[in-house]
Amino acid sequence: MRAQIVILLGFALVGTSCSRKSESAAAPKPTAFGAAIIESSGGKQFAQTGSLLPQPVVVQVNDEQGTAVPGAMVEFAAVPGVIFDPPNGLTDSSGQVTTNVSLGGMAGRYQIVASTLDKSHKKVELRLEEIALGYQQALGRHLNEQYCERCHNPESTPERVSNYDNLEVKPHPFTEGDTLNKMSDADLTAIITNGGPALQKSALMPAWGNTLSKSDIQALISYIRAASDPPSRSAGPIYSKN
Amino acid sequence: MNEKPTSLWQKLFGDSVRAFGVVSVVFLASMAVAPAKNFFSEWRHYQHGYLSMIRNRSEANTLQRHFQGGIQQIWLPDLGVTDRCTSCHVGLKEASLADVATQPYRKHPVIPHNLDQFGCTVCHRGQGAATTVEEAHSSTLAWEQPILPAKYIESSCGQCHRGQLPGTPQLNQGRNLLSREGCVHCHLVKSPDGSTMKPTDDPPSLSHIADKTTREWIFAWLKDPQAYASTSTMPNFKLSDDDARDISAFLIGNSTALPGDTATASAKPSSDPAAGASLYGESFCASCHAVQNAAGNMVGGNVGPELTRVGNKVKPEWLQAWLRNPRVYDPATGMPHYRFNDGQVATLSGFLLAKTDSDLLSNVHLEAPTPEQIAHGKRLVSDYGCASCHEIGGIKKPENFAPELSRIGSKPVTQLIFLPGMQHTLPDYIAGKIKNPRAFSPGLKMPQYTFTPAQIDSLTTALLSLNDRSYSLPPSLAVAGKAETDYQPAGKAGKLMSDLACFSCHRINGHGGDMAPDLTWEGSSVQREWLVQFFKNPGTLRPSLIRRMPRFNLSDSDVNELTDYIMTVYQSPAVDRNSMPLSGYSQGQIELGKQLFYGKYSCQGCHIVDTKTDKGYIGPTLTHVGSRLTAAWMYQWMRNPQSLRPGTVEPNRAMNDEDARALTAFLISQKGGGKPEVAKK
Repeated sequence: MRAQIVILLGFALVGTSCSRKSESAAAPKPTAFGAAIIESSGGKQFAQTGSLLPQPVVVQVNDEQGTAVPGAMVEFAAVPGVIFDPPNGLTDSSGQVTTNVSLGGMAGRYQIVASTLDKSHKKVELRLEEIALGYQQALGRHLNEQYCERCHNPESTPERVSNYDNLEVKPHPFTEGDTLNKMSDADLTAIITNGGPALQKSALMPAWGNTLSKSDIQALISYIRAASDPPSRSAGPIYSKN
Repeated sequence: MNEKPTSLWQKLFGDSVRAFGVVSVVFLASMAVAPAKNFFSEWRHYQHGYLSMIRNRSEANTLQRHFQGGIQQIWLPDLGVTDRCTSCHVGLKEASLADVATQPYRKHPVIPHNLDQFGCTVCHRGQGAATTVEEAHSSTLAWEQPILPAKYIESSCGQCHRGQLPGTPQLNQGRNLLSREGCVHCHLVKSPDGSTMKPTDDPPSLSHIADKTTREWIFAWLKDPQAYASTSTMPNFKLSDDDARDISAFLIGNSTALPGDTATASAKPSSDPAAGASLYGESFCASCHAVQNAAGNMVGGNVGPELTRVGNKVKPEWLQAWLRNPRVYDPATGMPHYRFNDGQVATLSGFLLAKTDSDLLSNVHLEAPTPEQIAHGKRLVSDYGCASCHEIGGIKKPENFAPELSRIGSKPVTQLIFLPGMQHTLPDYIAGKIKNPRAFSPGLKMPQYTFTPAQIDSLTTALLSLNDRSYSLPPSLAVAGKAETDYQPAGKAGKLMSDLACFSCHRINGHGGDMAPDLTWEGSSVQREWLVQFFKNPGTLRPSLIRRMPRFNLSDSDVNELTDYIMTVYQSPAVDRNSMPLSGYSQGQIELGKQLFYGKYSCQGCHIVDTKTDKGYIGPTLTHVGSRLTAAWMYQWMRNPQSLRPGTVEPNRAMNDEDARALTAFLISQKGGGKPEVAKK
């Protein structure tokens, strides 16, 4: 019993410094109630363990007709260690609430629950997932940006034009879990090390075995596992409340 | 009633035998407290929990065999490590426990170091010798060092690794910010190896400021630098109107004229916005300077200052002189001397002067200053340490103006003054201080910066890496960073290269920027004639790049001077550019090279040789590569690109000699224009 209390205390001390601060501020009273809560932006982001997500999470409360509801109360929750700033708030004039999220200290997926009350005071929930990267995945992500993304990510920015559309045989984006989850670590290692022909695939995928070290390639694979959607089983646990 | 206690006393201590018996029992019971305390200890509880957790797993037998009960300890006297963390964190080294979500049983995530060689507290802080959860993790009366929150964990890498690491983006960013945002102008940051962190920004000299701008602009700038340019790194000193008035009065009064830094507008600023925009674009000003567009987005680089409202700031005659030759006003500027002609200066200055914001200075009305105000302004300039960053005529640069930060990451919590409501930890203190320094005391001199929360976390990470342990760890563990060299090319070409500010973008021999290719071996790489043409009319080699080499209107003799120097001096010992001919390869070899290019190596994924069929965007276009690169360079590049340019994205294909020769033959035949050249026999 005492041990449990101590663990709880430990978690509380390590993790929830900010949320404690904000909880002490009295939560405002909702002036309206919605019927549904949807994601505006901010799901499926990457951040390093314990760090702030690059973009805030924005959710919107709608009524039965799908129009935005201002003044509804939205609360954010996740496992201890995840910090929301602010942890709750009333929807603004466009029906949205914005919160900055810091993920927990362990690598893996964190489930975030945004909830609001409907007219009958029943809880309506929205579940989002955010991805915390440990050292290895963060290194893999860096290597991905340097070597892989120009072909494997179809999205272009003015600073970095994607080469995806120029390729005769389309590479698999690293988020393509349906395909990549079926490939074993050994297969991924083989295709990265020796190029497409190692698995009877296109030679447009060059061999990287002389450019990247073994641990670099392992780091890339661990990033691919972390990025894949639907999640790969080898990406580690999902941290969810309940 | 009266007899009862007496009888109890009688029963227990009535005679010496009884008393001896009772005392023995009490003594034994008290002796049993220690083993009982041990038996019910937390670590034993966690070890039991671990054993019952692994019992249900498929690899239970292996895990059971690895399990060792009792207090565990990693003892590394060299590192000052006595870590008993593994007493509770039992499964740290069990690869199969990576999916366990409950602590303390999860496997340690993969890191490049071995736990047995570094222990736990070197990276995580906390009390290694403690055996209870609270004492190990939290700051208690007896132990001050709490666990480092996960978001700052990269700071521990920085205790040994002094340079950039690919796996520590936050630490890298924090260190860059320390040098780029001006922190180290005032705060001394020394490494354990004795080197000092150098600023990488270049705040302008204010000695001749009156030539460049008006007192009204200085006033508005001092009041709120970000109102003029939201990307400005100048912090806000939260000056009162009177203080800003007096400082601006002093700076203008103190300024001396510099011969040649203003031009009597020989060419009137032209008002042809289309021509101005096109010259601004052609000159690739946006590679370094940003302008906020109508949508509010910054377009352009951050090497030079933002130009969104530059028309509010500069005097037309100064701008014209600056565009004509920036090195007159600031000999060390990173801005190239473009050699614009009078018409171009007029066009460009007209275009830039039109970039104004009518609100910026509309409410600034300053009366002529009194001598008292000027004297007060001078005092303020000294008080706020302006000369730590800016050169100001007659004011000495203060030494150690702000506290040294070389060991800030070990500052005892007892020496810190916290704000109400703040967590009493060092990281929270550092982050709070960066976020809002004046909140700690209105009298503090540290100005207000405009950092994002992520930047504050990065800075805190970098500062936490400056700690006592980085000094006490064995020096053999230290991994030095790549220090910037102070390479300067010599002679006339060297003067030309600093005049053109080549090093603002290019890197040579470990010195210079990273926007453009490293030119250390350029003389082995390119053909002389191509280089001459490139200087006269730089085209782009990579279709997807938005930052490009500008044209500098160089004279023929300047081009020859530069080309000769580059071709002679920047040669790689690994490539003899004359060892392979630039033409004369057999049709068979060219054909084989073509097959390899499109087949085995599929180079068309990233490069374009035939503009009709190839689309690759990543590498340079190769349609003219036969008249650009030397064959010897191509061959060596095929064999091992990273040996010539470390870090290049081109994968090392470990090509054999035959393939590399054939591909070289194919590529050297790509001279541009129509069909590839074939050797005539």
